[in-house]
Amino acid sequence: MDDLKNKYLTAILTAGDEATLEDIRLQAVGKKGEVALKMRELGKMTPEERQEMGPKLNALKDEINSALAAKKVALEDAALDVRLAEEWLDVTLPSRARPQGTIHPISRVSEEIYAIFADLGFAVAEGPQIEDDWHNFDALNIAPHHPARQEHDTFYMHRAEGDDRPNHVLRTHTSPVQIRSMIDQGAPIRIIAPGRVYRSDYDQTHTPMFHQVEGMAIDKDISMANLKWVLEEFYTAFFGTKVKTRFRASHFPFTEPSAEVDVQCRWENGSVTVGEGDDWLEVLGSGMMHPNVLQAGGIDPKQWQGFAFGMGIDRLAMLKYGIPDLRAFFDSDLRWLRHYGFSALGVPTLAGGIHG
Amino acid sequence: MKFTLSWLKEHLETDASLDDILYALTDLGLEVEGVENPRDALKGFKLVKVQEAVQHPDADKLRVCKVETDEGMTQIVCGAPNARAGITAVLAKPGMYIPGLDITISVGKIRGVESHGMMASMRELNLGEDHDGIIELEGGEIGMEFADYLAQTDPSKVDPVIEIAITPNRPDALGVHGIARDLAARGLGTLKPLKVETVEATFANPISVEITEAAKDGCYVFGGRYIRGVKNGPSPMWLQDRLTAIGLRPISILVDVTNFFTYDRNRPLHVFDAATVKGGLVIDRAKGGEELLALDEKTYTMPEGAMCIFAGGKVESIGGIMGGEETGCSDETVDVFVEAAVWNTLDIAKAGRALKVNSDARYRNERGIDPAYNMQALDDATAMILALCGGEASEVVMAGRVPDVSRAYRLDTDRVQSLVGMDIAPARQVAILESLGFVMDGDMAKVPSWRPDVLGEADLVEEVARVESLTHLAPKAMARPAGVAKPILTPMQVRESSVRHQAAALGYNECVTYSFVDEKSAKLFGGGTDAVKLENPISSEMSHMRPDLLIGLLQAAARNQARGFADLSLFECGPAFHGGEPGEQHLQVAGLLVGASGPKDVHGARRVMDLYDAKADAEAVLAAIGAPAKAQILRDTSPWFHPGRSGKICLGPKKVLAQFGELHPKVLKEMGVKGTAVAFTVYLEETPLPRGTKVARSAFFTNDLQAVERDFAFVVDKSVNALDLVNAAAGVDKVLIEEVRVFDEFIGGSLGEDKKSLAITVRLQPVDATLKDKDLEEISAKIVAKVEKATGGTLRG
Repeated sequence: MDDLKNKYLTAILTAGDEATLEDIRLQAVGKKGEVALKMRELGKMTPEERQEMGPKLNALKDEINSALAAKKVALEDAALDVRLAEEWLDVTLPSRARPQGTIHPISRVSEEIYAIFADLGFAVAEGPQIEDDWHNFDALNIAPHHPARQEHDTFYMHRAEGDDRPNHVLRTHTSPVQIRSMIDQGAPIRIIAPGRVYRSDYDQTHTPMFHQVEGMAIDKDISMANLKWVLEEFYTAFFGTKVKTRFRASHFPFTEPSAEVDVQCRWENGSVTVGEGDDWLEVLGSGMMHPNVLQAGGIDPKQWQGFAFGMGIDRLAMLKYGIPDLRAFFDSDLRWLRHYGFSALGVPTLAGGIHG
Repeated sequence: MKFTLSWLKEHLETDASLDDILYALTDLGLEVEGVENPRDALKGFKLVKVQEAVQHPDADKLRVCKVETDEGMTQIVCGAPNARAGITAVLAKPGMYIPGLDITISVGKIRGVESHGMMASMRELNLGEDHDGIIELEGGEIGMEFADYLAQTDPSKVDPVIEIAITPNRPDALGVHGIARDLAARGLGTLKPLKVETVEATFANPISVEITEAAKDGCYVFGGRYIRGVKNGPSPMWLQDRLTAIGLRPISILVDVTNFFTYDRNRPLHVFDAATVKGGLVIDRAKGGEELLALDEKTYTMPEGAMCIFAGGKVESIGGIMGGEETGCSDETVDVFVEAAVWNTLDIAKAGRALKVNSDARYRNERGIDPAYNMQALDDATAMILALCGGEASEVVMAGRVPDVSRAYRLDTDRVQSLVGMDIAPARQVAILESLGFVMDGDMAKVPSWRPDVLGEADLVEEVARVESLTHLAPKAMARPAGVAKPILTPMQVRESSVRHQAAALGYNECVTYSFVDEKSAKLFGGGTDAVKLENPISSEMSHMRPDLLIGLLQAAARNQARGFADLSLFECGPAFHGGEPGEQHLQVAGLLVGASGPKDVHGARRVMDLYDAKADAEAVLAAIGAPAKAQILRDTSPWFHPGRSGKICLGPKKVLAQFGELHPKVLKEMGVKGTAVAFTVYLEETPLPRGTKVARSAFFTNDLQAVERDFAFVVDKSVNALDLVNAAAGVDKVLIEEVRVFDEFIGGSLGEDKKSLAITVRLQPVDATLKDKDLEEISAKIVAKVEKATGGTLRG
């Protein structure tokens, strides 16, 4: 019995492949194997002998079976090791390229602006880019022949012969959206209105198209001090650092009083850092809405008052992300798009942070 | 608007420093655009005394000077003829910059002799043309800054020139006196009153003046005076210096006086040679077509209705804009006529724009001058002419009436607090208005005649806040919306954002291109009509509103190809314009694929982009905005697409959600794009918005019965659309057939040139019971029959 055991366990241990192992299995515990033959002999034994040999033979069978299973796993592992050793690839080869798209800085910054103003309760409003002169000028208290209208470098739409209506214009600012929103929604109201605007001007720092975001808040008791707070909160959130503003008296036909707003900054080697230093950088025009403008929007200036502001989105992008040339925004140079563009999945949120 | 500091001080008694004045100007809304302070360039140039000057050993024209400076004796080699012992000169030490020569001085050897600096001439310091020798000064102490010396002896040479931007509402600040008034109100000094002149008349005015009925609303008042026996010539130096400093060329006394009044008091005047004028003056509107050779030596043709001054039936000058050359003053002028008039600002603006004249007079007359000063201005100007040119003045002739612009508004002192949010004591508010020339009558503020911009109570608030300074404004928190902030984007704005991120995630680089394109390109894309044409484009490349976003992307692609980039994925999201009326714009997102999927690579993955790439991207973008997954694919796309290799994704024939495909080779050629390009355009507003606000999904249902897939191949005509075949198969049993997929297409070969084989997999998902062979046979037969009927094809054996 012990001989039998030693014989097979040794054979299993030294088996070199699965075929040999199968032969061993058949010889040992197969239906006609040695162990089976021994089992058959049990019938001829006396009950006492059977009592003794039965369990022994069963134990032997179990032992051989486990040895076979263990050896089988060991052989499989060894074979796998050989295969794996052969399956070598050069992992330093380049990966299969995936296209990398980008989001334009203007879109990115616009979404940052939406996220911040959403928190302050401003909805996003829009309006047409070809405007009638009433919405772009008259309703905003810019009279037809007033020099202020001339200073807008307006693009006019062509008029067919015999069409004596005043020329439509490409909106020179996002302010006509103030009028449209007031007429549509009445007061109280808080909106921002982003979008393309157009001025007939092209040089180092001007492009004939750029992007503005308008802000407007009307309520019973909104004051210029609230405007200052909103802007400081906005800039602080936008630039990610405490930003002080300075209000300077100015004039816009649609606001009264009017102020140009500077943000605190530092100039160094021709580049500017916002939120530090002793210099000031002009970033927007603003003021309390002129009574005539409220009236044009169908809102009673005796009951309601509000502020409005307008700032350049492109300029905010330049300041925040250190982009030097405005004209390059519209050139679609692939190198520029890749360098200044933003990740496809980056969506600014207040919860996750708004800095790209 | 330019002026000098000393000119300002003629109107403002002040000890304020230049910096304080500049700060206050900007803060008051008179934004400083630039300051030229001649002192800056003179810093460090100090007075020295030449103690000894001897002949240079090796050069005839040079002298070696021992010069006493604030730092002791030094040696200077000098070539100036007047370099001699005893004179006081101005020294540039080594390291100093000489503005007139654009060089920096260093210690050097001149013909073997060391020289420690340079004694400067006036020209070398940009202080004049004098270059006959070095500066030689009377008096002055060694070591004194030359700028200080000039300030005492010749202040105009170191007079800072200040340039400020004037907003259109502030014509009063187009005169130095008005600027001084603002500064005085701010507390930077005291406004000096203007000297009020009265001129005795010695004879009757020989020139009559008439304003015609038609011109009465264009010229409110016209006053004039005849001065005879004047002697014209160069102006006195102080006047020349002032005009030169602000960039005006001194011409003659008579001309310079008008310029002086223009800039000193925002009071344009006109002085003309009376001898050249026959008969009376008639102020009338032009009939149109009259010509005038004006003072700028250009000939102008009057537009109809322009306000003109006629003499002898001819236009003598363009009212309030520019005088005529023929009647201009010269050195021979003996008799002159001085006029001061108040014009309707709108008439000036219209005529000025029509004539494209930009004169100081037009600039001021269209913004508004002080009408109440009109007649006094005539006396003040006459007095100045008499003082400088001699002569005698006639009686005043006047037509029309000085317009009454008096008005008053209530000063609500609480309004400053409520509107601005600044606490300013009522007495202070009143004091501010009074210092600006308002006259208080109870709580009513009478507006001064020089402030046409003040037209309501809000303007009073603005004046008070402006003068008090908005820098005192403290931020005040605004009420925030209660509870959790609500969404602020409209569904369409959400779509815009979604497609941007989707397109970028698909590998496209976002572009922002101009909304206007050239006419030729616009026409290629169905636009370029007069309705969307700009009247005044900045260039012919930007003349028409874009009808389609692909134009800008193709232009961008051509530029990038020229830079050596062959494989491009570009997209843009924004408005396209289908008409010229407000609102005739729609929102597109367009993607353009040029070249291959990428550079050659080790995996052989490089693939030329084809229409199925564009289609996949169009479908992905549509999915991102929630478009229905099942849409029709139709042909007959826009003509800028390849007619055989493009399609549109539609909900019915009229509802086009998107187009995709290869771009037409001719269009690519016209746009200068090399190779082939595929593109998609999704019309964002066309996909219907979801109905209702239900956000919960339908119940999730799975079927445990085994699904079965069966493959079929059909031989059909080449022109049969795969989608028709798929739809035919799928239509056999809408419950049982879960999906039909095309998995192979084979064209031509043994099938014949006009035939193709399309292979499909049909996935059957039983609902009630497992499918038996008999069931499968039945449905297979139905599928074959239906497909054959719908496509005219046959099952491939």
